[in-house]
Amino acid sequence: MLELSILFPSILNGLTTGAVYALIALGLTLIYGVLHIINFAHGALLMIALYGVFFLNAKLGLDPYAALPVMVPGMFALGYALQRFVIGRASHGKDENILLATLGLTLVLENFALYAWRSDTRTIETPYTFSTVDVAGAMISTPKVVAFFGALAATAILLAFIARSDLGRAIRAVARERQGAKLVGIDVEHVFAMSFGIGLACLGAAACFLLPAYYVNPQVGNGFVLIAFTIVVLGGMGSFAGALLGGFIIGVVESVGGLWLGESLGQIGIFVIFIAILLFRPQGIFGART
Amino acid sequence: MLQARHVSISFGGLKAVDDASLAVPAGSITSLIGPNGAGKSTLFGILSGFLEPDAGSVSFLGQEVTGLAPHRICRLGMTRTFQLAQPFAGQTVRENIAVGSHLHRAQRKAALAHAESIALRVGLSGRLDRPARDLTIAGRKRLELARALATEPKLLLLDEVLAGLNPQEVSEMSPVIRSIRDGGVTVLMIEHVMQAVMNLSEHTWVLNNGQLIAEGKPADVTRDPRVIEAYLGRGAAERLRTSGNEAHA
Amino acid sequence: MKTLYAILVLCGAVALLPAFVSSGVVLNLVIMTLYATLLGQAWNILAGFGGQYSFGHAAFFGTGAYASAALQVHFGVNAWLCLPFAIVCGAAVGALVGALSFRYGLRGSYFALVTLAFAEVFRILANSVKFTGGGVGLLVPLKSSALDFQFQGKAGFLYVILALTLAGFLLSWWLKHSRYGAWLTAVRDNEDSAAALGVDAFRVKLQAIVISAGLMAAGGAFYVQYFQYIDPHLAYGPAVSVEALLGPIVGGLGTVFGPLLGAAALKLLGELTRNLMGDAPGVSLMIYGAVLIAMVTFLPRGIGGLFQRLAAKAP
Repeated sequence: MLELSILFPSILNGLTTGAVYALIALGLTLIYGVLHIINFAHGALLMIALYGVFFLNAKLGLDPYAALPVMVPGMFALGYALQRFVIGRASHGKDENILLATLGLTLVLENFALYAWRSDTRTIETPYTFSTVDVAGAMISTPKVVAFFGALAATAILLAFIARSDLGRAIRAVARERQGAKLVGIDVEHVFAMSFGIGLACLGAAACFLLPAYYVNPQVGNGFVLIAFTIVVLGGMGSFAGALLGGFIIGVVESVGGLWLGESLGQIGIFVIFIAILLFRPQGIFGART
Repeated sequence: MLQARHVSISFGGLKAVDDASLAVPAGSITSLIGPNGAGKSTLFGILSGFLEPDAGSVSFLGQEVTGLAPHRICRLGMTRTFQLAQPFAGQTVRENIAVGSHLHRAQRKAALAHAESIALRVGLSGRLDRPARDLTIAGRKRLELARALATEPKLLLLDEVLAGLNPQEVSEMSPVIRSIRDGGVTVLMIEHVMQAVMNLSEHTWVLNNGQLIAEGKPADVTRDPRVIEAYLGRGAAERLRTSGNEAHA
Repeated sequence: MKTLYAILVLCGAVALLPAFVSSGVVLNLVIMTLYATLLGQAWNILAGFGGQYSFGHAAFFGTGAYASAALQVHFGVNAWLCLPFAIVCGAAVGALVGALSFRYGLRGSYFALVTLAFAEVFRILANSVKFTGGGVGLLVPLKSSALDFQFQGKAGFLYVILALTLAGFLLSWWLKHSRYGAWLTAVRDNEDSAAALGVDAFRVKLQAIVISAGLMAAGGAFYVQYFQYIDPHLAYGPAVSVEALLGPIVGGLGTVFGPLLGAAALKLLGELTRNLMGDAPGVSLMIYGAVLIAMVTFLPRGIGGLFQRLAAKAP
C-alpha cells in the first residue's frame, strides 16, 4: 500500500492538471456539441498557443499570466477564421471529411512548428517557477495552484457566458436544433465559427496556465489530443459538466497511475479507459443510454 | 406465412407498438395502414429483425425469428425495403440490384445477369448503367424494390413504396407490385395513403397509437368508425354520419 | 479485364526496370513509391471499399514489423519465414480491433479514434517491454544474402515490394469483381440496406479489416528488411497511419489504381519540395497536410476522379 504522504500530494497534483485538462476538453466538447464535428487538430492548436505564450515571454518578456488578454482573443480569431475558411469548406456533409481535414491541419501545424522552431523542448523561467504552496502539508508548485484556480475561473466565465449571453443562447439553440435555429433567423455559419473560436480561446487560456509548469515542443499536442478526447467521451460528448468532472478524473488517474506504473505505462491507463468507454458506453459515464 | 403475436416495444416510456398481433397469409397482398406516427415502420422494423421487441414473438414460415439479425431473416426468405429509398450511391443501377442477386449467386457474372432480368420486371431496364445517385424519387423506389426482389424472397415487406409518387407514377407502380405477387411473392405493404392500398391489397390491418384497431377487406375497414376517427380525429365518424344523414334527408 | 491487363503490364514494366537502370537513387525512389502504394492499398481496402476510416493502421504495420524483427533477433528464424508470420500477426491484431469495434457498432469518427488509441497503446507497450527492445528498438542482424531476405543491391528489394504490391493490386481488382467486394461496398454505402439484402455487415467488415491489416503487416515486415531497424515510433507512430491514408485520398478512394496514383504524386511532390526547399525537417509533411486539406475540400474523389471527370467531358 502506498503511504498517504505520497498519495495525497499525487492526488492534489492530479487535480491541478485535471483542471487544465478540463479547460482544454471544454473547448473540444463545445465544438463537438455545436458543430457535431471532431476537431482532431485540438492538440496541435494547443501547441500553437503554447508557442504563442512562450514567444511572448521570450521576446517581449511578457509574464505568461499577463499574456491572457493577448492569447485568448488571438486564439479566438484563429479559430473563427479556420472554421470559416478551411474546415467549414472541407466537410461536404461528411464526418470523415472533417476528421481528415483537421488531421491535415494537425500535420501542417506540427510540421510548421518543427520547421520554424525546431524540435527542441522549451520551457520558460519565471520568478515563481520553483516556488511552492503548502496545501494541508503537501507542497504543490505555485504555477500548478494558479493553473487550478485559473482554469476553474475560465470555466466559470465560459459557462456563464453560454448560459447568459445572446450568443450563448444562439449557440445552445444551434447545438440542439440546427434547422430550427436557421428558421428563426440565426446565422448558423456565424455561430459555428464563433463556437470554434471560443473552443480555441479555451486553448489560449489553458496555454497561459499550463506553460509556467510545463514545456512546449512541436509534438506536445499529440499527448493532449487523446487525453482531451478521453475526457470528452468519458463525460459524454457535448456535456460541459461531464468534461469538467472527466478532466479531474483523468488528471487524478494519470497522476496516481503514474505512481504505480511509471510515467509511460501510466498513460496506457488513459487509452484503455478511452477504448473501453467508446466500446461499452459511447454516451459517456454521465450520459443517459438512448 | 408471417405471424406476429402480442408484439410490444417502447422507446423511453413511449409505447411505439403495443400488443400487436397480425398475420400475413401466403400468396396475398396484405397492407398495414395507419396515420403518421402510428408505429407502422417500428412494427416493420420488428418483423424484419432491425428492432428487437420488448415482448411478443414473430414467426415466419413456422419458424421463430424474433430478434434474429436482419441478414439471417433475409436468408430465410423475408426482405424489406425502406421508406427513405437510399441506393448504394457509388454504384450503377445494375450493381445495386446485383447486391441482392448475390444472395443466391456467388458468381459476379451470374449476379449481374440476374440483376438485368430483375430490372426488366420493375421497369428499370433502360437505366441499368446509370449511376444510382442520378435516379429520381420514383426511380429510387423502383430500385429499392428491385434490390429486394433480387434476393428472391418469399415475403416482401414494402415500406411506403408509393409515398412521394405522383398519381401517374402510382398507377405505373401498382401493376408492378401486382405482378410481383403473381410471380409467387407474398407482399406486406405499409402505406398511409389509403387510396393506393384500396385497389392493391386484399386484406388490410390498421395500426393507431401502436395498437392494431381493425382488420379486414380494405373497403370494410375504411368504413369502420374507429379507423375514420384514427385518421380524422375524435368525433369525426359521428360528424361524417350526421352530415351524411343530413345530405340524404 | 482491361484493368487486369493494365496491372500486369505495369508490374511487368517495373520488373524490367533493374535491367536498364542501375542508379540506386532511382531504384530507391521506385521502391519507396511501391512501398507507399502497398500501405495505401491496405488502407484503401478497409476505408475506400469498406468505408471504415482508420487512423491507426500503424497498429497493424508495427505488429508486422516487430513480429518479423523479434523472431529474427530472439530466435534466429529465417527472415523469409518471418514474412508470413508477420502477416498472420498483423491480421490477428486486425481481427481483434475489428471484432471489438464492429461488435459495438463503432462508426465514422469514433472508429477512427479507437484505431488511433489502439496504435498508441501498442506504441507505449513497445516502448516499455524488453521483447521489443524498449525505446531503443530492434536491429536486425546483418546477413546480406538473398536467402535471408537481405539483398546486396536494390533490385532484390524491388522485386519483393513489387510482388507485394501486385498482391495488393490483385486484391483490389478482386474486390471490384467479386461477390465479397459487392457486399463490402454495399455495407460502405448503406449498412441497413445491405443487411436487409442478406449481407452480414459485421462479418464483411471484419474480413475487410483482417485483409487490410495483413497487407499492412506485410509492409511492416518489408520495412524491417529494407532498413534493418525498427523502433516504437517508426512502427506504431502516427506517421505510418498518415502515410497509409494519404495515398488513396490523393489518388482516389475505393479505386484499384488510386493508391499508386496517390503514392506517385506524393513522392513527386516530396522530391520537388526537397529540391526547392532543401532537406529541412517537417517541410514535406507540412505540404502533405496542406494537400490533404485541399483534396478533401476540392477533389474528394482524388486525382483519379478528376481524370474520370475530364474524360467524361471530352467528346
